[in-house]
Amino acid sequence: MASIGTGYDLSSTTFSPDGRVFQVEYAAKAVENSGTCVGLRCTDGVVLAVEKAVISKMLVQGTLRRSHIVARHATLTVCGLISDGRVIVDHARAEAEQYKDFYGRPIPGHVLADRIAHFVHVYTLHWHVRPFGCAVLLGVADVDGPQLYLIEPSGLSYRYYACAFGKAKAAARTELEKLKLNGSDGKALISCDEGVKELAKILVKVHDESKDKDTELEMITVTDGKDGGAKLVPRKVVEEAHAAAKAFLEADDMED
Amino acid sequence: MDPYGQEWMNAEHSMGTSIMAVAFDGGVVMGADSRTTTGAYIANRVSDKITPMTDKIYCCRSGSAADTQIISDYVRYYLSMHDIELGEDPDVDTAAKLFRELCYHNKGQLMAGIIVAGWDKHKGGQVFTIPLGGALVQQPFAIGGSGSSYIYGYCDSNFKEGMTKEECMEFVKNALSLAMARDGSSGGVVRLVVIDKDGSERKFFPGNKLPEFWMG
Amino acid sequence: MLGELEGTVVFRELLALFPTSWLERISSHPSSEAAEKTVTMSGFKLTSGSGRFERDANVQSSASGEPIRHTQRPMVTGSSVIAMRCVDGVVIGADTLASYGSMARFRKISRLHKATDMCVVGAGGDLSDFQQLTTMVDKETNRDYCFNDGHGLSPKAIHQYVARVMYNRRNKMDPLWNYVVIAGMQNGDDGEEAKPVLGLVDLVGTHFESEVIATGFGEYLGLPLLRKAYREDITVAEGKKVVEQIMKVLFYRDARTIDRVQIATVTKDGVDMGEPFKLETEWSYKAFVDGARAGDMSTW
Repeated sequence: MASIGTGYDLSSTTFSPDGRVFQVEYAAKAVENSGTCVGLRCTDGVVLAVEKAVISKMLVQGTLRRSHIVARHATLTVCGLISDGRVIVDHARAEAEQYKDFYGRPIPGHVLADRIAHFVHVYTLHWHVRPFGCAVLLGVADVDGPQLYLIEPSGLSYRYYACAFGKAKAAARTELEKLKLNGSDGKALISCDEGVKELAKILVKVHDESKDKDTELEMITVTDGKDGGAKLVPRKVVEEAHAAAKAFLEADDMED
Repeated sequence: MDPYGQEWMNAEHSMGTSIMAVAFDGGVVMGADSRTTTGAYIANRVSDKITPMTDKIYCCRSGSAADTQIISDYVRYYLSMHDIELGEDPDVDTAAKLFRELCYHNKGQLMAGIIVAGWDKHKGGQVFTIPLGGALVQQPFAIGGSGSSYIYGYCDSNFKEGMTKEECMEFVKNALSLAMARDGSSGGVVRLVVIDKDGSERKFFPGNKLPEFWMG
Repeated sequence: MLGELEGTVVFRELLALFPTSWLERISSHPSSEAAEKTVTMSGFKLTSGSGRFERDANVQSSASGEPIRHTQRPMVTGSSVIAMRCVDGVVIGADTLASYGSMARFRKISRLHKATDMCVVGAGGDLSDFQQLTTMVDKETNRDYCFNDGHGLSPKAIHQYVARVMYNRRNKMDPLWNYVVIAGMQNGDDGEEAKPVLGLVDLVGTHFESEVIATGFGEYLGLPLLRKAYREDITVAEGKKVVEQIMKVLFYRDARTIDRVQIATVTKDGVDMGEPFKLETEWSYKAFVDGARAGDMSTW
């Protein structure tokens, strides 16, 4: 990159001779340094989970939220610069609210994903702004069932059954692929309750002990049905899943 | 005498109407007369007050012809944009909500009573009514326009839950014929539109082929 | 658009098809504000509404420089709401009728709205305005939900919000034509037990809390009965019976009431919206059965 990129990486308004926009690729680097994020579409909803490095013993638990509620049927986690993510969350909420005002129904998942992607993309086009240094995972549960989306700093958006982003994304994706996610009919097999445990296991397994000693997990679910909605997984449940995951993997290591 | 001449020379075109919609399992039947009056003068005797919004959502219009035309033009435009973003047919309640929005927020300058009905894959056949003030009410069937006040009793006693498509068509035809027979501002032919998952179908019954009841 | 108390500015809502970022730019443009001032309440005018074709005497064209008058009259209306605060919760009841003038137009609508798990909002007056108000309240509760901080909007907060909206609208000479009753359970501080709350807001923004509230015809016929039945230790179970009894009286004497009612309760266990049911009424009095006879004094 260095040879061919020289001089073409200072602005997102300048292409390199081989047709790349380096500023956007650098933004993607910011995402790769982030604590790992994983998301899973389940039978009854979507689970999103993130690991947060505990940078100080004096840090209050649960501080510096990385998972947010966008609407009653939509959740979002930030992977990368957390403060950049909050701008996206603000915008996503405004889009969801405005859609409801106008059409009188919750914004469908793909429309919300498209609109967020559009918003993020605009920040890759102008000289006076910089691209977002974060990717977001979007969980939605509406009339079309549970859906999981990923929006990258470039403004690309994808829909996934399960996906991972951040530091250990490669390892986490390998782990996700090992899970039996879908039946032959394409329907999800794992429930949200199981999903919470599975994602805890994955985050613990891919965690790099040598880099971050202490971590805290944060999880958020959005479920459909009568008592559904977007909810932060209670700290007690997350801690139990975290502890169970650690115990499980330690036992696994002993066998090896 | 009125310096502007006869009342029909300056009165606004209004659809002193009889309109109706009934939901059945899998769709809706909508009906309307075909008379538009300017005072007592029949300005148009072939009006079509059942107006398409999408392939599977129509509205029945009553009140000022101009007002209801512009409102339905707006809603048709919004729904076409909505369709593109959504990538599928809009829902009936979305259309009804858009009508409500326009009728409610402009209630001071509008004369519009609208029935919105149609079929969507989420909730099947649905009927919504938006009376003058801009309230939005869902009903199993709805009647509207000046002629409707003559047939509340008939409709209340003859509507049955779970009627078939054919029974609904018969119900609408009879009810509208009765309304048109008593309301001077309604008349002409009975138009029907039947909407289900496959789209819409039109039927019409000429003024001399309508069911007759007691004519004393 | 965000942060506005009220969304009557349809001009902006028409632009809502576009992403919000564009909307902010367009709506902050000076010309759009000018349009709001000079044309109509909406800045978006569907018809001329002037000259010989004037349809609504309340609406005047502003072209002549006359003041714009927004005040509407109610079209589809609900009648009384009856409510009582009890020791263990709140009871709120209303019939299920929406009248169109004297016509009983919609006989199965609900005039009670579940705002939160601990709060019910009920109203008499214009149905379309009530629907608008409930969407506004829902918007606030949705925003609050997104904060995800373990605190919901309390009944007192909703009461105050509704009061602000109503007063704001009356200052624009464009009131929401409703009497709004707010019933709920208010969480105490530091684990204190939740307390029942009952409040009223009227169409000009007058607001207060009271142990008994009745609106519409119920203000005349129901309030004395509510006051008579009220005790400091009255329970929700007893309160429900009182409200039902008053709905019966109203059915007998209010020509805009029907015999189908809905009674909701809010207790520490949350909101129970209650199923609409038919009142059992009494028609065996002598005057009904006998009717007029020859030789009677003139009857009416």
